[in-house]
Amino acid sequence: MGNSFPESSVVFQRECHSTSVFSSSSVLRRENGRQTCTRSGKTDCLPWTCREERRDSKMSFFGLSCAKKKEKEVERRIRANDREFNLPFKYATNAIKTSKYNLFTFLPLNLFEQFQRIANAYFMFLLVLQLIPEISSLSWFTTVVPLALVLSVTAAKDATDDLNRHKSDRQVNNRKVEVLINGELRSEKWMDVQVGDIIKLESDQFVTADLLLLSSSVPLNLVYIETAELDGETNLKVKQALAVTGDMDDSIESLAAFDGEVHCEPPNNRLDKFTGTLVVRGQKYSLDNEKILLRGCTLRNTEWCFGLVVFGGPETKLMQNCGKTTFKRTSIDRMMNALVLCIFGFLAVMCTILGIGNGIWEQQEGSTFIAFLPRQDGVNSAFSGFLTFWSYVIILNTVVPISLYVSVEIIRLGNSFYIDWDRKMYYARSDTPAEARTTTLNEELGQIKYIFSDKTGTLTQNIMTFNKCSINGKCYGDVFDFAGQRLDISERTDRVDFSFNPLADPKFVFYDHSLVEAVKLEIPEVHGFFRLLALCHTVMAEEKNEGDLLYQAQSPDEGALVTATRNFGFVFQSRTPESITIVEMGIQRRYELLAILDFNNVRKRMSVIVRSPEGKLCLYCKGADTIVFERLHQSCGKMKDVTTEHLNEFAGEGLRTLALAYKELDEEYFVLWRERHHEASTAIEDRDERLDELYEEIEKDMILLGATAVEDKLQDGVPQTIEQLAKADIKIWVLTGDKQETAENIGYSCNMLQEEMNEVFVVSAKSSEEVREELRSARLKMKPEAEEKPVIISGGILGKKTKVVQDEAVDGEYGLIINGHSLAYALDSSMEIEFLRTACMCKAVICCRVTPLQKAQVVELVKKFKKAVTLAIGDGANDVSMIKAAHIGVGISGQEGMQAVLSSDFSFAQFRYLQRLLLVHGRWSYLRMCKFLRYFFYKNFTFTFVHFWYAFFCGFSAQTVYDEWFITLYNLIYTALPVLGMSLFDQDVNDRWSFQYPQLYAPGQLNMYFSKTSFVRCVLHSGYSSLVLFFIPYAAMYNTVRDDGKDIADYQSFALLAQTCLVIAVCLQMGLDMAYWTVVNQVFVWGSLAMYFAVTFTFYSNGMYLIFTASFPFIGTARNSLSQPSVWLTILLTTMLCVLPVVAYRFLFILLRPTINDKVRFKVCQAKAGPPPPAPRARIRRSSTRRSAYAFSHTQGYGDLVTSRRFLRQVPAPRQSAGFSPTGRSTGFIHMGRSGGYSPTGRPQSSREPETSLQIYRAVKEPVS
Amino acid sequence: MMASSYNAKEEDGHLSGTPGPGVVGADTSKKPDNTAFKQQRLPAWQPILTAGTVLPAFFAIGVIFIPIGIGLYVTSNNIREFEIDYTGLEASSPCFNCSQSYSWNNTKPCTCSVSFTLDQAFEGNVFMYYGLSNFYQNHRRYVKSRDDRQLNGDTSALKDPSKECEPYRKNVKPIAPCGAIANSLFNDTLALYISSNGTQIEIPLSKKGIAWWTDKHVKFRNPGGNNSNLAPVFKDTTKPVNWAKPVYELDTDPENNGFINEDFIVWMRTAALPTFRKLYRIIQKKGMTPTLPRGNYTLLITYNYPVHSFEGRKRMILSTISWMGGKNPFLGIAYITVGSVCFFLGVVLFIIHHKYGNRGNSSDIPS
Repeated sequence: MGNSFPESSVVFQRECHSTSVFSSSSVLRRENGRQTCTRSGKTDCLPWTCREERRDSKMSFFGLSCAKKKEKEVERRIRANDREFNLPFKYATNAIKTSKYNLFTFLPLNLFEQFQRIANAYFMFLLVLQLIPEISSLSWFTTVVPLALVLSVTAAKDATDDLNRHKSDRQVNNRKVEVLINGELRSEKWMDVQVGDIIKLESDQFVTADLLLLSSSVPLNLVYIETAELDGETNLKVKQALAVTGDMDDSIESLAAFDGEVHCEPPNNRLDKFTGTLVVRGQKYSLDNEKILLRGCTLRNTEWCFGLVVFGGPETKLMQNCGKTTFKRTSIDRMMNALVLCIFGFLAVMCTILGIGNGIWEQQEGSTFIAFLPRQDGVNSAFSGFLTFWSYVIILNTVVPISLYVSVEIIRLGNSFYIDWDRKMYYARSDTPAEARTTTLNEELGQIKYIFSDKTGTLTQNIMTFNKCSINGKCYGDVFDFAGQRLDISERTDRVDFSFNPLADPKFVFYDHSLVEAVKLEIPEVHGFFRLLALCHTVMAEEKNEGDLLYQAQSPDEGALVTATRNFGFVFQSRTPESITIVEMGIQRRYELLAILDFNNVRKRMSVIVRSPEGKLCLYCKGADTIVFERLHQSCGKMKDVTTEHLNEFAGEGLRTLALAYKELDEEYFVLWRERHHEASTAIEDRDERLDELYEEIEKDMILLGATAVEDKLQDGVPQTIEQLAKADIKIWVLTGDKQETAENIGYSCNMLQEEMNEVFVVSAKSSEEVREELRSARLKMKPEAEEKPVIISGGILGKKTKVVQDEAVDGEYGLIINGHSLAYALDSSMEIEFLRTACMCKAVICCRVTPLQKAQVVELVKKFKKAVTLAIGDGANDVSMIKAAHIGVGISGQEGMQAVLSSDFSFAQFRYLQRLLLVHGRWSYLRMCKFLRYFFYKNFTFTFVHFWYAFFCGFSAQTVYDEWFITLYNLIYTALPVLGMSLFDQDVNDRWSFQYPQLYAPGQLNMYFSKTSFVRCVLHSGYSSLVLFFIPYAAMYNTVRDDGKDIADYQSFALLAQTCLVIAVCLQMGLDMAYWTVVNQVFVWGSLAMYFAVTFTFYSNGMYLIFTASFPFIGTARNSLSQPSVWLTILLTTMLCVLPVVAYRFLFILLRPTINDKVRFKVCQAKAGPPPPAPRARIRRSSTRRSAYAFSHTQGYGDLVTSRRFLRQVPAPRQSAGFSPTGRSTGFIHMGRSGGYSPTGRPQSSREPETSLQIYRAVKEPVS
Repeated sequence: MMASSYNAKEEDGHLSGTPGPGVVGADTSKKPDNTAFKQQRLPAWQPILTAGTVLPAFFAIGVIFIPIGIGLYVTSNNIREFEIDYTGLEASSPCFNCSQSYSWNNTKPCTCSVSFTLDQAFEGNVFMYYGLSNFYQNHRRYVKSRDDRQLNGDTSALKDPSKECEPYRKNVKPIAPCGAIANSLFNDTLALYISSNGTQIEIPLSKKGIAWWTDKHVKFRNPGGNNSNLAPVFKDTTKPVNWAKPVYELDTDPENNGFINEDFIVWMRTAALPTFRKLYRIIQKKGMTPTLPRGNYTLLITYNYPVHSFEGRKRMILSTISWMGGKNPFLGIAYITVGSVCFFLGVVLFIIHHKYGNRGNSSDIPS
């Protein structure tokens, strides 16, 4: 059956091709996954699968996995309508579960997880240490208070996250579908659907589970499905049920009685393969992928269908492909972890020094001091040193403060909220705000070096619109004002009114009134032009109600053309194998269809031969201009030139062009030709060649009618965004499943590829050697002197070996286009570095015809060998793998599929928001995080190091410099808010300036704001500050007294002095670091200082002492000490000494080596008067000789199909009544597509929602049954 | 073509066209609020380091700090201070004998006297300090070895001192005051005589007002409230091991006895550094004559406190004070230095700014 259906065979052929890519790559990577592969008993399983399974088993260890891995399923046996039979196999039901906790498991599991974090565990350990009296140098509350705070904040966050997951699970699980139970159809929740059930789907519903198609409303048991969710391909695909099941039709009795048994493969993640058998009444039928509907697909243009659930819920191919969400970490995170380890080392060193110091001190001084300070029993000096070591571990623990982690989380959360709140990333048309789905990756947005973008639905809107045309040498489609200036088209531009044509598609928008005038004037060429478009295509029309036209086109371009033609008064109405009925300016005419000379990618054109109702024979041809122009009559010379000019202009704007020509045929000649054609088409040998010859012969001396220009509509602002991102030195790679030509064209129209580029390399070789050679030669062309061996920097922290391929600079700009087949070879481990080197030298890289897995592999490759942060952006389920693989995944929401969004880290509605996400939010987040870390480490090191210096003066006894309360509250209260305020509000320059100078983004990519060097600088700075903070008060207080002669050099006064100096010094330092003082910052900074004094005076007050005598021994210190002028003079001196060198140093750097930030900030300072002028958005107009259209890449089309009698046998005969009835019709059309453009997956929206004239978006709402 | 419809207006959310059907009303719209906070447009002060702010700041600091420094230095220099070490570790020292017999419970106190001469008269109140060196009053185990609740007059703590006081917590009976600090109370007695015409005239030393008011009145309280007869209150306790007398016999004056004995309070305020001085007595000025005129003096020491074992030193210091406290030239010198360096830095930066200042200009922002 499938053979008689060319389209499906095309589709499956392609899938086969991709299968080979899949398996070849899996063969190449076999060694990675062998162990688990053998376990799963599959020789060609993907490494992906294996990883997934491993994770699964780990998860189930915690009881998290809903479906415990049972024994390896070897073969699945299902009996339809027989739950008792299916039950013992324990197949997964259709419920999905992505949440982690439930009410009871939350606390233990969450705590368990939290204590797996090294920091939390460390603090737990500290707490234990503090309970040992010999060691305890601090009270227990100094650790417990922060720890409890941290744990509860994190737990709250986890809980809300999980609640959201529960919610989305519930939403999906509670979708309704009709299930056949006990002989009747019942509406059931998705989660109650079980394997073996028969369910009924209706048009535009999501497929509930992986189904075996049984029967459908469409003749021959076909169904149309859209697989965009799964593989991103938007053209409809056809699936066909077995005849034996299809015969049941929608008879509930026979379906209920159906007891077929399915034997098939166990669940796996291969979308393109299915093997199994169906046993019905003892007969065996083989099952393949063509009979399976996968979960995630959408049923289209099919009224209903019945299916048998084969895999449910987590076992569906969709879910198997999704994998578990991996925990992403930012590079700052990783560095922080490394730093924390270093700090631990550092801490150990400090404690060891002090421990040894204590040992020595006890030996030399302590033993003689016994009279005053007896030792505890059994403690000798060495043991005392050992105990002191641990005491100092407690005291110096503030170098790794627990509040660091909380603060980091809070900052990230805050910055995520900014993304959610940003009105400039809110898309009004679909009411979609941007969303930060992961709140832990913000600062990485400021470090992106590579962007991997999907094409369809991401860069483009997946809408084709008929935009311009050239008819008989005149160009239509542009709007001019009275002065003859071309106008930019905006929302306000006057639209062409198609109301004269009741059959018009109201969503079609056209602005040039002259074309309608020309049609109304009945200019013959214009009529001929549209007549051709109405006749020469393979679109099929469906008229459900009167005037309710539904076009089904194989190529969206064709759909767009036919829809446009329909509006201009040439309505394609219906076709039979022998005829085409169109309504020409209100008059129905039936053309006899004599032949279709179909597309293929060699011919790059298609023709039809029709006989008009008047009996005139005519050949209409449309195709690639170069091909058509070769076959024109000599008389067209002049027009050819004019049209070429127009075509160049169209191409320059990135439109997809087709040339149109016709030819009147001689009756006698045609009869002869037709006989030969019949002969050739029944020939057994060389049929194609002979047919081609015949076509060639008849398609010549044609008369040029004009050309069409169809826009593959880019999303708004895509070229500008790409330009901006390129200026920010971000490399953009487009990874698309689309055809090479389409991808290339989009590359040009969105400014990635440019005419001015030195060269655009195309790699499309078929064998490994060729690919390698092509890559090599491309590389050598770019950089002839390049070394054969790539510069690889091996490095690694803590035994993790990393290899980094150095960036290589090239002169000139190059582009690289590689197709999926070549990519499979290029991604081989032996060639991947070669590929990477070549690709990274190019300014733009486009990978076309890639599978979802390859997308992920490309991302992984860059991740592996480039020390760069990657971002993947896409909208479809085919992008999920790449979104998950990249450091940051961005989903375009508002489009039909939610898969990409659900697995993404950030989502918004339009590609153009990416520049705001990166250049503004990302940059700020990164800046803030780095400033935060630098400052945080500074303030804590400074705080801690003072203890280190003090140790030398207190016999290394682990005596703290500060009051215990101060130690407890320092990070929590005194210094927390100012730094939080800075990290939430700081901006070096505002968003407009960020856009004005995208170069500001570069420091993030280079890790300039927070690196190991800056950390070391931080440590040195703290070292200096702590020396000042200890020794200035020391010297100032040494042997001195108050102004009334009383004590001031006592421990408590000294502690107060030191901590006051510290607080003020770090506040001043904060003031230096902060670039953006909002009211909130002012309040936080001054408030914290005020809070410090308030708390200090409170805690040192009589009342506190009298109530909690043991806890507040510092009574009176503040009053007695802070009333002394010498104390304040000391504070002034100390803080000034801390800050002044920093000011001088920074000022010097701004003078001598200003960074880009300094420069821009200086400029902003100068230009305070007003915002920067908006960057001119000049419309790019250029001429190009590069053409594209589906004609260039099209494979065999519907041609055979539409002439096949079998296909159309059940289509009702065309109505004989005229298309226009003067009485008018009340029923409106069901509109296909959007914007009057054409989308292959368009579905009638009007049935559900009231139309607005502006409805040029795709509704986001899921069909809820 | 449609790119032209991409404009800033729409980005701001003010979509001019009809809203999509998803937007039913303002209530249901997910459009974020247009507040300055949420849109990160809060008005802010954005200071940057420019020559116009940094250089004047440096000069100003220089100009302010140097006079302060000079003032401090002069003040400090005007303070009279006399220090004498009476540890007596050297054989020539008058206290050599006493220092050699170090025992806490000498029944017969050892006394020695040290003579010295004041070259300059001491005006105003003169403060007499004892100074200890190499005495680790800031050692962690030492610092925490006290019970503030006991010292605050808590009777339960009196009977059951805190564990922190170990090993001076109980000596059969609970020790009051407990802990190592109290146990090591400085117990030398100093008396000052002026030699005038061959006779030694004792100079009256005031022992009132040597402790912080808060310590004397809030932090330290005798158990049993204002009961002037302390002996019964402390009857269930025992004296610290090293003390010769129980705590209620520290002084005869009930206002200065027991826990609120000022010598005891001063001692209990532990020092921050191993070398420290503590106020011992005040010599009140009387009339117009110098408090301590030029001349020869004798310090009579009742030598009880052994420091020999840990190589400590004991000093007696006589000092006048000023508004900034005792003598300490450091602050003045530091201020002068910092001020000068700031001034100098200002000059250097000024020169650099003039030479390279235009580098910060934005003219060369690469695009």
